[in-house]
Amino acid sequence: MALKGFAGFAIRKISAALLTIFVIICVNFFIFRVIPGDPVRLMFGDPRVSPQKIQEMYVRFGLTGTLWDQFVAYLNRLFLYGDLGYSFARKAPVLEVIASKVPQTLMLVITALIIAVALGTLLGAIAGWKTGTKFDSIIITISLTFYSIPTFVMGIIMLLIFGLYLGIFPIGGMVTIGAGLTGFAYVRDVLWHMFLPCGAIVVWYIGEYVIVTRNSMQDVLDQDYITSARAKGIKESAILRRHALRNAILPVVTITGVNVAFAVAGVIEAETVFGWPGIGRLVFSSVMARDYPVLQGLFLVFAVAIVTANLVVDLIYGYIDPRIKVGGGQ
Amino acid sequence: MSGLLKGLQDVRKFLKLLGTHKMGLVGVVIFVILGIIVIFAPYLRTVNPLRTGLYENILVPPNAQFWFGTDHLARDIWSQTLYGARIAFLVGFTSAGVTVVIGTLVGLVAGYFGGKLDEVIMRITDFFMMLPYLPLMIVFAAILGPSIRNIILVISIVYWPYTARVIRSQVLSLKERAFVESSRSVGASDRLLIFGEIMPNVVPLMFAEVVLMVTWAIYAEAVLAFLGLGDPTTISWGIMLNYAFNMGLMTYAPWWVIPPIACLCFTILAFTFVGTAVSDIMKPGYREARGL
Amino acid sequence: MALLEVENLKIYYFTGKGAVKAVDDISFSVDKDETLGLIGESGCGKTTAVFAIMRFAAPPGRIVGGKIIFEGRDVLTMSGEEVRLLRGQGIAMVFQAAQNALNPVMNVGNQITEVIHEHEKVTKAEAWERARKQLELVGISGDRAKSYPHEFSGGMKQRVGIAIATACNPRLLILDEPVTGLDVIVQRQLLNLVNDLREKFRLPIILITHDLSVIAETSSKVAVMYAGKIVEQADAISLYKNPAHPYSKLLIEAYPSIKGEKGKLISIPGAPPGLLNPPVGCYFQPRCPAAMDICREAEPTMVAKDGHIVACHLYK
Repeated sequence: MALKGFAGFAIRKISAALLTIFVIICVNFFIFRVIPGDPVRLMFGDPRVSPQKIQEMYVRFGLTGTLWDQFVAYLNRLFLYGDLGYSFARKAPVLEVIASKVPQTLMLVITALIIAVALGTLLGAIAGWKTGTKFDSIIITISLTFYSIPTFVMGIIMLLIFGLYLGIFPIGGMVTIGAGLTGFAYVRDVLWHMFLPCGAIVVWYIGEYVIVTRNSMQDVLDQDYITSARAKGIKESAILRRHALRNAILPVVTITGVNVAFAVAGVIEAETVFGWPGIGRLVFSSVMARDYPVLQGLFLVFAVAIVTANLVVDLIYGYIDPRIKVGGGQ
Repeated sequence: MSGLLKGLQDVRKFLKLLGTHKMGLVGVVIFVILGIIVIFAPYLRTVNPLRTGLYENILVPPNAQFWFGTDHLARDIWSQTLYGARIAFLVGFTSAGVTVVIGTLVGLVAGYFGGKLDEVIMRITDFFMMLPYLPLMIVFAAILGPSIRNIILVISIVYWPYTARVIRSQVLSLKERAFVESSRSVGASDRLLIFGEIMPNVVPLMFAEVVLMVTWAIYAEAVLAFLGLGDPTTISWGIMLNYAFNMGLMTYAPWWVIPPIACLCFTILAFTFVGTAVSDIMKPGYREARGL
Repeated sequence: MALLEVENLKIYYFTGKGAVKAVDDISFSVDKDETLGLIGESGCGKTTAVFAIMRFAAPPGRIVGGKIIFEGRDVLTMSGEEVRLLRGQGIAMVFQAAQNALNPVMNVGNQITEVIHEHEKVTKAEAWERARKQLELVGISGDRAKSYPHEFSGGMKQRVGIAIATACNPRLLILDEPVTGLDVIVQRQLLNLVNDLREKFRLPIILITHDLSVIAETSSKVAVMYAGKIVEQADAISLYKNPAHPYSKLLIEAYPSIKGEKGKLISIPGAPPGLLNPPVGCYFQPRCPAAMDICREAEPTMVAKDGHIVACHLYK
């Protein structure tokens, strides 16, 4: 059977994503090679290393030969061994350094995403349904504020308010140092520490989801099928559910894909401010330590994460919007 | 000449409309205050913000002499805050300007000429937009080195695709409109069309983009500075936060942290509110809904 | 007692500049066996007036006066809940073809069963079966009930609209510009369908249009609207043969005939008046070829003449 409908759609999207990832990998290589100066010196940062060691490193990391040779070597290492390079600052392979911190970031981001999407779309839908009321005005102003203020600024504000003045939440790290907690107490400790950094990310996210859902709801309510549903005598609550919401959430799903880049920035900022040991803070510490291999690896990880997230969102959207799923009129 | 007069009349009408938008008014007020600070900073009881002071004046809370207290090098935080506004405006407007100019050129060319050229340009643009903007800025800033000029460069490199997209959309829809066809049919050249017909309709959008890009640029400078990639020869709000943070003194010396935080918030909100007001005003039906 | 009696209906739009008299004191009625065609230029208030029958008034519009008596009860004084129950079941409406009147994410079968479930107690299976039958009734295969609106052409979407509107056997059907924007062949098919349904179910219809030929094909009675007022009412044949009001005359003359000599196309010069500050006297007077002095001074009242009801100083 011809590849129509969803299968065709999915295959096209996936191939495009894979191609993009490949291009990103190439770009990632060239950005760092474009640095004026000696890449090895940059990677080392330690002037005490002997000339022989340096030469060894040149060979080992495929820095000999022409740029093309180096490129091929880089691709080889990446695809055959999953080797993202070596961090001299931390004395460990980049992949290991990054992988050890990914779970903490995921913990933070996924929780934030769930809370923000649930609350944000709900509030946004109500605000859209009740456009023009006092409730609506308050919600937009607050959401616009939450959306515009950078995450690290919000993080610092929360740090001062909750950490310093109210003293409720711990202001840094993931666990209370030296406490040696286990089991349930450990989980509780982590959650307590997670509250503020997660909150900083959530704040921005909610702002955005409220705004997008509200706008989407307003657009939907202008449509003729809403009047048409009223002309059928359908109850208002049913109209909200079946006609308004069902159509209003479509753009909200798309937005989730675009958001990932913002989420990345938010994660970097929030983890840095609160010292949360994830890949966000890793960016900060790598910048401070001039640990370029790790930075390069992180860049790749984030870029791939964005492409993947966009792909997943595209596929989900393609599934829930009948105009794409069934594909085309008569 | 008459075009200029009409332009000025339009601006006056527009400003009057802006006055009716509550959010917009708040934004404009804050903007004016900031403008005053930027222009008159040297006259507002400030000293050189980089001038280090005496040992006994280190980390002093706000008092009669140091209105906002001092930092770890006994520098006057009040001065830092006020001069920080200059950096914010400098970086903000310059980057926004460069970004919008590049973005508009690209968007114009892609939208107007269409075809293969458009496809290629959009592929590149879309690709850039896929990349995570903060890590990208961090990488560029780390590579290029810390300086105001580099920061402006980095911001423009990262942000131009967003403007390009927006402008291109507008150009595409303008192209559809009858006046382009009719002008073509009387033999107008491409250049005439672009600058004569399309540009005037794109300019309002460019202004809206500039407002948006200023907020993004101020944010970018602040976050880069906070993460340690700012220009060490200057004191911007982000750099103030970077020092306080790195010294672990945020909770000990809140007077060091609150001014830059407050300023960043107000500045960004001011532009955001004005931007929202502008886009609300441009929407059809704004006047009717308010009975104007 | 007619099925529907509209008396002195007034609908004003309240803008910052003042009240726009979109519908200014109109009256008409529809009987069980009638099809009323409401004709007029864009903006004359015909759609606004008819929407009011279901008590739809989009802000800043408000119904400020008059009565709408359906089956003996005034719609304007009913409670919100009573109006809601009336919609879709007592009175039903089919929207313009060009509009987005169908929910894009719901299949057409469900859009039909939705109105059935709202007004009647039936099982899901029964409702679905009825939905299929409704589609067949309007000339669409019942198997397409699972399809989505974007899979249908404009004309077919209109048929779906009719299927939905007639699902609960309404006692009055309203068609808002049912064939505007569709090509002529599709127009004819749709109008034939409307006529068939009307005969089969003896369904009274109100039809809004700006196209005279649509009226000619379907209506038994015609009301001509201009600038928020009804200027003439008559049965369709009389109107065509002997239009009384100058505006009706011009409308009919403006419609080119396929037969006969090729002549110049006639149009009515000028434009309808703004309704914010309407002119003194007859609204049509600035464009009227038969205007007299009195037309500039006083508004004409409705009088009966040879079976027509006209508002014009030519007739007293």
